[in-house]
Amino acid sequence: MWIRHYDKTQCRQAHHKKERLIAIMILAAGLAGCKETVKPGEPTGFIQVKGSDTIVNAAQMVSEEFMKQYPHVFIAITGGGSGVGIASLINKTCNIATASREMKPKEIEIAQKHGVNPKEWIVAYDGVAVIVNEKNPVERLTIEELHRIFTGKATNWKEFGGKDLPIVTLSREVSSGTHMYFKEEVVQLGKKDNKDEFSNKTLLLTSSQAIVEEVVNNEAAIGYLGMGYVSERTKALLVSKNDVAYPPNIDNVQSKKYPLSRGLYFYTNGEPNGVAKLFIDFTLGPEGQKQFREAGFVPIGGGAIEQKN
Amino acid sequence: MILFVVSIFIFLLKDALSLFGAYGIRYFLFGKNWLPISDPPKFGMVPLLLGSLYVTFGAIIICVPLGVCSAMFIAEVAPSHLKHVLKSLVEILAAIPSVVLGFIGIVWLGPFLRNMLHLSTGMCGLTGSLLLAFMALPTVISISEDALIGVPKAYKEAAFGLGATRWQALWRIVLPSASSGIIAAVMLGIGRVIGETMVVLMVTGNSPVMPTSLLQPLRTLTATIAGEMGETVAGSEHYFALFAVGLILFVITFIINFIADLCLRRARK
Repeated sequence: MWIRHYDKTQCRQAHHKKERLIAIMILAAGLAGCKETVKPGEPTGFIQVKGSDTIVNAAQMVSEEFMKQYPHVFIAITGGGSGVGIASLINKTCNIATASREMKPKEIEIAQKHGVNPKEWIVAYDGVAVIVNEKNPVERLTIEELHRIFTGKATNWKEFGGKDLPIVTLSREVSSGTHMYFKEEVVQLGKKDNKDEFSNKTLLLTSSQAIVEEVVNNEAAIGYLGMGYVSERTKALLVSKNDVAYPPNIDNVQSKKYPLSRGLYFYTNGEPNGVAKLFIDFTLGPEGQKQFREAGFVPIGGGAIEQKN
Repeated sequence: MILFVVSIFIFLLKDALSLFGAYGIRYFLFGKNWLPISDPPKFGMVPLLLGSLYVTFGAIIICVPLGVCSAMFIAEVAPSHLKHVLKSLVEILAAIPSVVLGFIGIVWLGPFLRNMLHLSTGMCGLTGSLLLAFMALPTVISISEDALIGVPKAYKEAAFGLGATRWQALWRIVLPSASSGIIAAVMLGIGRVIGETMVVLMVTGNSPVMPTSLLQPLRTLTATIAGEMGETVAGSEHYFALFAVGLILFVITFIINFIADLCLRRARK
């Protein structure tokens, strides 16, 4: 408004140049979160979202949609692993931590020591796919068999009807939520008192993409990753818990038939407010959930589960 | 400058010592399991230290003969126009970013070695050693070349005067006279290799196993710090354990550089 005033009091030529300068200044101020160019009542602010590599692509898609609706809210999304997200929530360097596993009681305890009160939101469901090379004749494995492979008790594909090749197991680094999930559900068979570990021969790779590359190149490799990363170049195994084996897909995760199904989480420090709350509501709403579905995940409260109940 | 190094050391020491309040130093130094997120966690650094030593040893075995011979060729044999070309090539070699080498290791060298040697996976110590040897070459070449050039001309002339061939003079007289400088070059090469992170994180597979050969995956000290630092909460046991690993690495490189320095001084006398 004061631009108008300024406009009238200055001569045309000088004004033209200066107005442009001022426009740039206001733009810069706007980027820094200044409210001057924003309509009254329109939300502004900056959100730092950090954590799971499994969620990072989907979260990016959600945030792009979100920023179309609220152009004055800026969202930065970075990966690194669920552990990274939770650590930065505790270190107070992000507003929302994303995680492909639940926070451990010990982490919650540490968080509270640092004055952080984690609040959990389930934003979608995911299946952890077990992938092998396309040339590998093995089609299906049970959880028990996977357990034996990843703990190093079974070391040759021959045992499972494959070729006579030593098995090469691939895992994510310890910062990965998928690593933790897989360790609890497969390596330790979901039992709390089980102290089994990944075989120390397991290769620890730094990203889901690195796992895909090694599986594509190596006939003897077996790895695991979030369903969203399964590509045509690799083969996802059918996994069974008791008798029937199911492939990892949206329907089987939704109906919980696929045994390696899990939630994907957002964590905030206490009750979120302002733009962080807005973003979480958007993510849980139909538009956000649509993006998760497109990224290959299962939306929450989505059709199948609700209909069944 | 010294103040800087000392304060880095004190900083590392302070955080590393915090670990030993909660976790026995004996288990850290001699433990054979690195399981940082288990319950209870285990921070045995032996596999990591051995991993680093294996990869470094492999790299030096490959790099030193190649580097010293190249230096001999550049310093004594090559005509002067070729000398310029070779020297600038060595400098270009030094300028390749390590992440690019790591990438080459993942997409080309790893699969190549796996097929050649019928390994179960190409992500192994040897892949890392080869790439690291490549990275340490410029250091080794340029320092040994300096040492060779520094040998007084009179030595060579005396050898020729006694009827030695060019090869005999180079091999028996010049090379031994330059030995302190060449040892310094090797030491600095080791320092370069043992501290390298990106390449080993990308290509060695990072399994915290007790290594028995270079043909299997292994995990180095540097890759452990780089791979795990992001997820640790400041002030947790795991965080301090990584600082303790950093301290070990610092001590190792300090000793190596110290030896290199001694050798260089002796060479100058």
